[in-house]
Amino acid sequence: MAAHSQTVHEGGLASQLAAPALWPGVWAIFAKEVRTELRTRELLVTTAVFTLVVVFMFSFSFDPTSAESRRFGPGLLWIAFLFAGTLMLEPSFMREQTNDTLAALRLAPIDPCAILFGKVLANFLFLIITEALLLPVFSVFYNVSIAAVLPGLALVCLLGTLGIVIPGTIFSAVTAHARMRELLLPLLLLPVLTPILIAATESTSALLSDSPEWPSMGLKLLAGADIIFLTVAYFLFGALLEE
Amino acid sequence: MSLNRTLWLVATLFAALWMAAAGYAIFFVAPDESTMHAIQRIFYIHVTSAWTAGIAYFVVALGGALYLIKRNPRYDWAALSAGEVGFAFTTVVLITGPIWAKPIWGIWWTWDPRLTWTFVLWLMYAAYLLLGTLVDDKQRRATLRSVYGIFAFVNVPLVWETIRWWRGQHPSPVIGGGPDAKLDPTMWSVLMFTWGAMLLLFAVLTRQRYRLEVLRGELDALRQEAEDSAASPAASASGRPLVELKG
Amino acid sequence: MAFSAVEKRYGSVRALRPTTLDIPPGEFVALLGPNGSGKSTLLRLAAQLARPSSGTIQFRGPAGPESGFAARHRLGVVAHPTMLYDDLTAEENLQLFAQLYDLRDSAAAVTARLDAAGLAERRSDLVRTFSRGMRQRLTLARALLHGPGLLLLDEPTTGLDSAGHEWLARELSRLHHSGCTIVMSTHQSGEVTSLATRTIALEGGRVIRDTGGTGFQPVPAIGSPAQGVAGAAH
Repeated sequence: MAAHSQTVHEGGLASQLAAPALWPGVWAIFAKEVRTELRTRELLVTTAVFTLVVVFMFSFSFDPTSAESRRFGPGLLWIAFLFAGTLMLEPSFMREQTNDTLAALRLAPIDPCAILFGKVLANFLFLIITEALLLPVFSVFYNVSIAAVLPGLALVCLLGTLGIVIPGTIFSAVTAHARMRELLLPLLLLPVLTPILIAATESTSALLSDSPEWPSMGLKLLAGADIIFLTVAYFLFGALLEE
Repeated sequence: MSLNRTLWLVATLFAALWMAAAGYAIFFVAPDESTMHAIQRIFYIHVTSAWTAGIAYFVVALGGALYLIKRNPRYDWAALSAGEVGFAFTTVVLITGPIWAKPIWGIWWTWDPRLTWTFVLWLMYAAYLLLGTLVDDKQRRATLRSVYGIFAFVNVPLVWETIRWWRGQHPSPVIGGGPDAKLDPTMWSVLMFTWGAMLLLFAVLTRQRYRLEVLRGELDALRQEAEDSAASPAASASGRPLVELKG
Repeated sequence: MAFSAVEKRYGSVRALRPTTLDIPPGEFVALLGPNGSGKSTLLRLAAQLARPSSGTIQFRGPAGPESGFAARHRLGVVAHPTMLYDDLTAEENLQLFAQLYDLRDSAAAVTARLDAAGLAERRSDLVRTFSRGMRQRLTLARALLHGPGLLLLDEPTTGLDSAGHEWLARELSRLHHSGCTIVMSTHQSGEVTSLATRTIALEGGRVIRDTGGTGFQPVPAIGSPAQGVAGAAH
């Protein structure tokens, strides 16, 4: 009976690695998030407009047409993405508190990390869409040509965005039960995202400079960050949901 | 007084003495440094505080991990205590850094990679401490804190690598010389001596803070017992349930 | 399922004192007790939403003892929050859970459940537009979607009018007769509790009365797949 009486104690690390049904669950939850967003459109529109406002207003702090803007542009772009991402990630787990739908998800015979990954993928999609909309705007305002370096830029954005949404989603779960969560999430998230901000900004600068170069070190750092975040999130998430 | 308490009292006294001795060593035993002279002595405090804070953060992550596995609140209390004391040591690093820099470089903040990195750590652990105050449910608080503590610790090397690379792209004055700055053997011994004092101080302070949490926990338990017996006097009169059932 | 010396502590709060009980298949258990007596805790532990501080919970499926994770396929839960997504339609809600429970013929199962709940015409409407009674029906539909053999209900009658009460009583009676094991907590006795075959009363986190236990003859026989319900679990 020993093997079977470990029923409820199998929660935690061991069960996450042994339990099947990760990917179908991920897909189902991802689809749910996207469907909800398509119906309410609250996140995408707000985030896109917010990023636009930030990028635009930042440009007032210096002369946007000069060479100066080349220097500051990438940094401001990524700060705008970070802020927008933080705002957008906050409701990720908050939404599951109305009607306690999180309990329903936890009851299902799925790996708890499926919930995390489903949301990470959905948030990734939303943030990438926002970035894709903002890049042309950025290019126009700051008079930088992005067409030539688009593949590199796309890669930086992909890796950087992944680095934003992984910790962001898990911290959204962390702050869902806290007071002042609108302030707490940026407070928790932004210092942790320092590597992402630095690596993404440097990489973008390298690509957009007068003599563009492939930002190999920056990309390596971003990829490394993504892998580290993903691994840690995977191991911690199950414990996070437990009561 | 129990043996444990006596030992810790002795340790506290010893820590105070050791720190005083270290202070003496820093000012009178350590040789004068050739370029920076007197101000360089702050390096002993600066560096040892940094090393101690690093150990503190390791304890935070370890305590968090143990809590998530064993679910014993004492691990979380230990992590919190180490976190608070480590945060204090980090603050010392951030204050001594600029104090050191100003007379030498003329500016307070040089964006030195190590100091910048320390600042990011300071922010992360400030967030760690704030998180604890903003969650009301005790059990959740411990879980959330543990998760963040582990995440923050794992992030530490990543932040270091990134900042080091970043400052490599934009060189600026480095505090404390480059990696090949050599230390006179006497300086080295004073450094180690000071570090020993710091570590003992850290242990004593953490232990004190931990005791506070333990007492709080006991108070809560007592309060709960009182509420329980007020609510159902019959049920709690004996320690056993009234009816034991077997299927 | 069987609880062995299961205890649940939240910090220093003893939500449930060491409790041992066995619930054989086909039983309809009513959990009675005031607020804070440990009923919800017991149900949360059974649903595996919470982990016991000590003790174990064993589940036995039609094929023998099984792990908690596998048992989730046979567990249905109804609680006061509806656990439904307001911004999705009734159909989408059920479709999501059908996918999460890995049901083979999800579309058919969803349709069947919607019909059984009398919500077929409202399948494409957002749950946000549903009345309390309709939401309750959909919640039960969601809980029954995967054909569970063990149904856990936490105060399902709150907020229901008398028509709702009757409907619930009928549903639970039907389920019980088809072999489903039911554990329901409530603090009002009435039609629904009169259906119970066993009553367990809790107070201050411990069981103070149990009308069942040894000597009770379960219906149907242990381990046999119940008619119409995919595997009776107990």
